[in-house]
Amino acid sequence: MHWVDFLSWALLIGGSFFCVTGAIGLLRLPDFYARLHGAGIIDTLGAGLILIGLMLQAGLSLVTVKLLFILFFILITSPTATHAIAHTARVQGLEPVLGGEDGEQ
Amino acid sequence: MRHIITLYLLLLGAWTLWSGLSWPWGEHFEPLVAVMGVLSTALVVFLAWRMDLVDAEGAPVQLTTFRTVAYIPWLAWEIVKANIDVARRILDPRLPISPNMIEVSASQSSEIGRVVYANSITLTPGTVSVIVEETTITVHALTREAGEAVETGDMDRRVTRLEGSD
Repeated sequence: MHWVDFLSWALLIGGSFFCVTGAIGLLRLPDFYARLHGAGIIDTLGAGLILIGLMLQAGLSLVTVKLLFILFFILITSPTATHAIAHTARVQGLEPVLGGEDGEQ
Repeated sequence: MRHIITLYLLLLGAWTLWSGLSWPWGEHFEPLVAVMGVLSTALVVFLAWRMDLVDAEGAPVQLTTFRTVAYIPWLAWEIVKANIDVARRILDPRLPISPNMIEVSASQSSEIGRVVYANSITLTPGTVSVIVEETTITVHALTREAGEAVETGDMDRRVTRLEGSD
């Protein structure tokens, strides 16, 4: 196998790991606001590493350019959507669960 | 006018990429499709102009500077560091988190600058911008450390620098 393939697979597996971790976070974290942070992992490193891994598979081609645009649009739309959800929740009066020292819980 | 031309060229470039057309002297070139692309792109710009959407916000050319190019790798590295920290905490059996709400100041002068700052905060795992106001942003942080990192104002200053000296 070519070294690019190794790198590509490492990125794909790394991205998958962060996606699974984000999903676990969605389940484990205590309240709505905290869960947004778990989803943030999936949006950034999860999607990012997978897309970069796919770009290495596609090589220097139009597909890579399109994947680059997908990454660009995800990085603009996902925080905007996250903010819209969080803002709506706050304005509607959902109180965040605060406190808890590191190490407790 | 500067914004209209920039938007038209950007859309034309995007359309050319999506369509997979080659250069006019290439093998996969189809004049009819190319002409339709040029016309439909012009129609979109015309509609956007009629709707009064083409301004410093709809086509933020003022952000396409060398400073923005320098900001992206810095932000990417911050995102990677924050990702690893949050992932470690999620996988830790003790779930060591300390959620808190803080208010940080946003020193950007333009609306688009504030949007970039708020989105940068949200994009970094561990912090989500909840309420964006004229001069402040209310942030929900997953841990005290994440909140303190925003409170240092490092990211705020970097985004303000993107706006230039106007």
